[in-house]
Amino acid sequence: MIMEGSRGASTQRPVLGTPGSSSATTMSLTKAEKTIILSMWGKISTQADAVGTQALERLFASYPQTKTYFPHFDLRPGSAHLRTHGAKVAAALGDAVKSIDNIAGALSKLSEMHAYVLRVDPVNFKLLSHCLLVTVASHFPADFTADAHTAWDKFLSIVSCVLTEKYR
Amino acid sequence: MVHFTAEEKAAVVSLWAKVNVELVGGEVLGRLLVVYPWTQRFFDNFGNLSSESAIMGNPKVKAHGKKVLTSFGNAVKHMDDLKDTFAELSELHCDKMHVDPENFKLLGNMILIVLATHFSKEFTPQVQAAWQKLTTAVANALAHRYH
Repeated sequence: MIMEGSRGASTQRPVLGTPGSSSATTMSLTKAEKTIILSMWGKISTQADAVGTQALERLFASYPQTKTYFPHFDLRPGSAHLRTHGAKVAAALGDAVKSIDNIAGALSKLSEMHAYVLRVDPVNFKLLSHCLLVTVASHFPADFTADAHTAWDKFLSIVSCVLTEKYR
Repeated sequence: MVHFTAEEKAAVVSLWAKVNVELVGGEVLGRLLVVYPWTQRFFDNFGNLSSESAIMGNPKVKAHGKKVLTSFGNAVKHMDDLKDTFAELSELHCDKMHVDPENFKLLGNMILIVLATHFSKEFTPQVQAAWQKLTTAVANALAHRYH
């Protein structure tokens, strides 16, 4: 079943159920979207730690309920805990980008950790994804076109799906 | 009723004063239609929405985006009274336009992201938080009269 879209040939949707379409996720990245992500990550990776840290800062400021997962952290802006954890988040995203054709494989251990140890409620992945988008948008406004925004939104949805796929 | 602190109100009002409503409105609606193409379902009569450039350049998208964001400006003026301010619009979106309130959240997040691209470093986590609170409150106000 080919998904109908109102886009032209340059944003051809992959056919569901064929090799290369992920069975664990509901969306797949097109070639064009992967290209966008790879090239933008080249720029983002030079500031990856800062981007990860700022995304967390934004998360805790806009959605204070997310702080309940970090009672053991000093979450004040600029704290060492925030910077360390921001760097971890950025590194995981980098891993996903480097294995963009097999994100589930790249994040398998992290997925297990979230399912069995961390057990972060799935709603929070959308919140962090949104804050990551805001961070990238504010740091790279010229690159963050509507198409790039779409690609990153999809990429983060896929990452979120992978991280919650073992929950039950 | 949502309570905004003096700092939150100041953050919202001062940024809003710098917003080009026509430009930003068009970008916000355009992005909604590009990033979440299923939202195009409400705009069958808008003409060519077949690509990013078609959507972002579409004059109906720009005009409607301006209309939507102008209405949002009303929220900025009535931050303490959003449910009443949007009561009529809420009924309209339910009874006439049949819009799933989930879309108000999606649009609110588009506003945030477009503001981030325009204001960059000025769009600090604290400024974002104030705006996040406002867009959530507006979304709730617009959904309040649904039945």
